[in-house]
Amino acid sequence: MTDTQTWTADQPIVRITDVHKSFGAVEVLKGVSLDVMKGDVICIIGPSGSGKSTLLRCINALVPINKGSIRVEGQEVHDPKLNKLELRKKVGMVFQQYNLFPHKTALQNVMMAPVTVLKQNKTEVEARAYALLKKVRLEGKEPSYPGELSGGQQQRVAIARSLAMNPDVMLFDEVTAALDPETVKEVLVTIRELAEEGMTCLLVTHEMGFARELADHMYFTDRGVIVEHGPPEDFFANPKDPRTKEFLGQIL
Amino acid sequence: MEGFFAWFQWLYDETGINLTYFYDSFDRARMIGGFFTTIWLSLVCLFFSSIIGIVGAWLQGSRLVWTRRIVQGYIQFFRNTPPLVQMYFFFFALGNLLPRVKSEFGFMEPMLGNFTWAAISLSFFAGAFNVEIFRSGIEAVPESTREAAESLGYNRLQSYLYVVLPLAFRVCLPALNNNLVNLVKTTTLAYAIAVPELLYVSNQIWSDSVNVPEMMTTLLILYVALVGLLVWAMHRWERAIRVPGYGT
Ligand SMILES: Nc1ncnc2c1ncn2[C@@H]1O[C@H](COP(=O)(O)OP(=O)(O)O)[C@@H](O)[C@H]1O
Ligand SMILES: [Mg+2]
Repeated sequence: MTDTQTWTADQPIVRITDVHKSFGAVEVLKGVSLDVMKGDVICIIGPSGSGKSTLLRCINALVPINKGSIRVEGQEVHDPKLNKLELRKKVGMVFQQYNLFPHKTALQNVMMAPVTVLKQNKTEVEARAYALLKKVRLEGKEPSYPGELSGGQQQRVAIARSLAMNPDVMLFDEVTAALDPETVKEVLVTIRELAEEGMTCLLVTHEMGFARELADHMYFTDRGVIVEHGPPEDFFANPKDPRTKEFLGQIL
Repeated sequence: MEGFFAWFQWLYDETGINLTYFYDSFDRARMIGGFFTTIWLSLVCLFFSSIIGIVGAWLQGSRLVWTRRIVQGYIQFFRNTPPLVQMYFFFFALGNLLPRVKSEFGFMEPMLGNFTWAAISLSFFAGAFNVEIFRSGIEAVPESTREAAESLGYNRLQSYLYVVLPLAFRVCLPALNNNLVNLVKTTTLAYAIAVPELLYVSNQIWSDSVNVPEMMTTLLILYVALVGLLVWAMHRWERAIRVPGYGT
């Protein structure tokens, strides 16, 4: 387990081992372990407050962990010597509230990080940004400000913005939870296309139909632990733990 | 032009309204000099007080408790003492502590002149308020927006410069406006350390010509114009950076 160990694609691209995380005296993650293989789509479901967002935020080091290990492509995320930029190039994240930069147009939102953070050539980035916005079906919306876009459109800009960094893994934290029912679909279509292209995705979602169809593996979390996990067919057809049963019963 | 100037001579002879700076070329030069000194002093202080505000607000977000305390101490010191006393303190107390240097004429003179000290003290004075103003703007930027920047690889400084500050600006522009208008008005304090700005040269003129009411009126009109210009420029800027669907 050295830091210089080389990662190969037959090993998990994200390896979470016995992660504990507390906010003050409250332990929010109580020993979570989870492996994700390259190209996999895993869906995490669970009641609100069970630590799903916190888990995703730990993966790209937005919050530090107290114990355990998280490795992305073999690199320990919570190594104090970690180059955060290297990690964030590998891991993209999309948030429930989109969190676009409201003072920048859709195009600028997509271009900003590659230009200011990665110092890439502006003309090349611009061409890529146009292509990405086209990919998320926002052709023609390039000059619009976030305040002029619907929730679903903003969320797709946010996805394009993350993709502009060319990540290997994408984290989606309830990205459709704040959307109108009509616009949920357009965002899900975008995520499905990404997944089908082989993007590794960790999704926290309450869209059960979508999860069942797309996930390679389902996880159910409750109060900081993974209660149950398995391939979606089993997971949905015969959940074993009573808490999973109850949760699925409420939500389906 | 000569006819224009002569008219004011006539005005004086006929009515007693004595605007010496129109018909007397010496007074005119003093007045113009004072006007540009005021403008220059204002611009220098606007610039440096804004820089102090931006840097101070950044330091206030520091993880180091002592950095935050020092900034807080600076703000308290400059907010809770009269700006005139501050200026005297800078000019007479600090100015005397600095070594003297040989001027180009061979005299020993203070390292920093009165204009520089006025600029320094007024910049720190207005800067203390600017720190608070920028901080209130920064606090209005949601943590989640900063988190999004962080997740895209921005470091703390990049996130501050490219995301937080541009958004904070839009929130705090009205308060910033107020403070900068106050700053322009406060430049008259430089009178007290003999910086030849508008008030100081006006005083010189009325001492020579005993035309106090005329000079006072002139001063008020000039400051109304100067402040009006600043307010107009700030409003244009406010409009230029307004973003559809964000803020007011
Ligand atoms: N920054 C924070 N400070 C303190 N408590 C937090 C913080 N973030 C999350 N929590 C707490 O951690 C628990 C799990 O939150 P979260 O990970 O957001 O759950 P979920 O996404 O599953 O709804 C909640 O009780 C929440 O109040
Ligand atoms: Mg959450």
